[in-house]
Amino acid sequence: MSQKKAMLIDLTLCVGCNACQGACKEENRLPPNEEKYLSLTAYTALSKYNDLYIRRMCQHCEVPTCVSVCPVGALSKLEAGPVAYDGEKCIGCRYCLQACPFHVPKYEWSSTKPRIQKCKFCASRLAKGLQPACAEACPTGATMFGDRDELLVEAARRINAEPAKFVPRIYGKDDVGGTSMFYISPVPFEQLGFDSRLGKTPMPMLTMSALSKVPNVLSVGGVMLGGIWWITNRRSEVQAHEAALKKGEAYQREDNP
Amino acid sequence: MRIRLLPRITGWHPIATTLILAGTIAAIARFTYGLGATTNLSDEFPWGLWIGFDFLGIGLAASGFTIVAAVNLFHAKEYEPIVRPAILTAFIGYLLVVLVLIIDLGRPDHFWHPLVMWNPHSVMCEISWCLMLYTTVLSLEFAPIILEKLNIFSPIKWIHAISLPLMIFGVLLSTLHQSSFGSLYLIVPNRLHALWYTPMLPVLFFISCIASGVSMVILESLILSRGRRDFLPTPLRANLAKIIAVTLAVYFVVRVQDLLTRGALHELTTLTYYSIAFYAELLIGFVIPFALLLIERIRTSRRGLYTATLLVVVGFAFNRMNTAITGLEQYPTQTYFPSLIEVFIMLGITAVGFSAFSFIVKHLPIFEAVAASPRIPTEAVAGQPEPIFLSREGGDLESS
Ligand code: SF4
Ligand code: SF4
Ligand code: SF4
Repeated sequence: MSQKKAMLIDLTLCVGCNACQGACKEENRLPPNEEKYLSLTAYTALSKYNDLYIRRMCQHCEVPTCVSVCPVGALSKLEAGPVAYDGEKCIGCRYCLQACPFHVPKYEWSSTKPRIQKCKFCASRLAKGLQPACAEACPTGATMFGDRDELLVEAARRINAEPAKFVPRIYGKDDVGGTSMFYISPVPFEQLGFDSRLGKTPMPMLTMSALSKVPNVLSVGGVMLGGIWWITNRRSEVQAHEAALKKGEAYQREDNP
Repeated sequence: MRIRLLPRITGWHPIATTLILAGTIAAIARFTYGLGATTNLSDEFPWGLWIGFDFLGIGLAASGFTIVAAVNLFHAKEYEPIVRPAILTAFIGYLLVVLVLIIDLGRPDHFWHPLVMWNPHSVMCEISWCLMLYTTVLSLEFAPIILEKLNIFSPIKWIHAISLPLMIFGVLLSTLHQSSFGSLYLIVPNRLHALWYTPMLPVLFFISCIASGVSMVILESLILSRGRRDFLPTPLRANLAKIIAVTLAVYFVVRVQDLLTRGALHELTTLTYYSIAFYAELLIGFVIPFALLLIERIRTSRRGLYTATLLVVVGFAFNRMNTAITGLEQYPTQTYFPSLIEVFIMLGITAVGFSAFSFIVKHLPIFEAVAASPRIPTEAVAGQPEPIFLSREGGDLESS
């Protein structure tokens, strides 16, 4: 089994040069203009909070919400980490847009054969043993590519080495069940536009608690309804029978006055 | 017995024709120019009016399974006259919802994919399957009515032979997907407003669909018995009204208790965009009709029942639209309002539904045949057999 890959994004090292976006656009043959937000043509974008730059992109979650909600399995989690998309399967229900806790997937609204667009974690480069284009382009090492468990150790090492510099948290270590993108930051994540309400449980668990009851509803419900039919049916049979008897008596009485 | 006091819909034909025409044009535009150019949907608001419509349609079509269960599984036989109208409503409702779903898909040409590419973790996948299977069940339940008319009897026997498992299956499928429409939102706790997001969503969706489904049956029976023989005796209708009242009460208790346990009640202490929407929904759809239905005079009066059940349906619409739209808006920075094309497609399809209903009612034995059918012993209506809880009151009132 291949190692699970990840990226570590050290916000203290990012200088906001936008090289990652440039490289990503080149790699994915997207128009080269600079963009401030994730879009159909920007799989990654920098947002600025005071003097910090935060790279946004698909988190390539360990238990991805988008993969779990897609009715046709157009989204899938690859063994190496990327969450991949197959436009040939996609029916365009847009549940993934609705459900992704990080608001990542974007939709080709203006097309008549629309698809989803989002960061691919350069799955094809990974398959060739290369690192993602954005990580390769980063001049300061703010985006660092590697094995997931090694990067976690590295992130913890950096925080422990300079506790005054970082808040003691690796965002993505176990948020929504863990992601493939780790962030370490000098200020609390809530101040940087990270959603602090998401918690550690993978989102798909919320649905599983309901979906797992489906077989029970079918089996128990089936037996119960069948039983109710049987019982109530029996009752009306008895009533019909009794009614018939009564009628019979009445006739008899009429016969013998 | 004619009901004069109800509002009469005059000029229905020209209105329906206009709406259907406008809807067709809107649909052509949607397929030619794509979703972006014709709707107000966006990355921030990927689901809008149409999903709300689907919720509504499915909820109102819940009459299909509730009445079938009551009459054929629970043997509340005195309600037999409303089985066919209920099945017809459900059948049309489901067909239209499937149609809207397909129009809503970004790739309508891929609509069949969920049937071959499964994802058991996806609520959407489960719903697609349930919708497809249940529409099949409904068409089998409906088929005998057409076949009878055409004097083809052999398939009826065949359908009759499997009718019990078929009905049970239909009721189970309905239970599943009625609640699953609520489960769709279980995965967005970070987006849906606390007044609507709750792990209880599937349960609440299920309870409310029973109230709205039965209300629909009452409304239909009131509107359609205008100018012809009333096919549902007043005591039976009053009894259905009691069922609605009880369902509304259960819903109210579950809903409020849930707000309490989640600590979301404080959202209601100030008047906000959301709390106003919430109050509107709960008052119109649950509290007021419940209070009305407690009064016997209203349960037995046509006008009273008309008002109360209409309120239930409107409040139900509020509830579903609030869950699908209001609760997901980030007021005031990010709101959604449907485009004209979205609205026209929805209205057009609704008009198709109503027209289809009135056409079928005219040409197939939906109402009269059952009442006249010798299959039903007269005691069934007079209340002699006393099956179970569903019928008790109705029977007594009628015979006294
Ligand atoms: S961030 Fe969103 S799109 Fe990316 S894997 Fe996670 S759920 Fe899917
Ligand atoms: S829009 Fe496509 S990829 Fe997204 S959930 Fe629907 S079918 Fe899956
Ligand atoms: S991993 Fe690849 S697709 Fe994703 S942002 Fe980096 S370069 Fe772009």
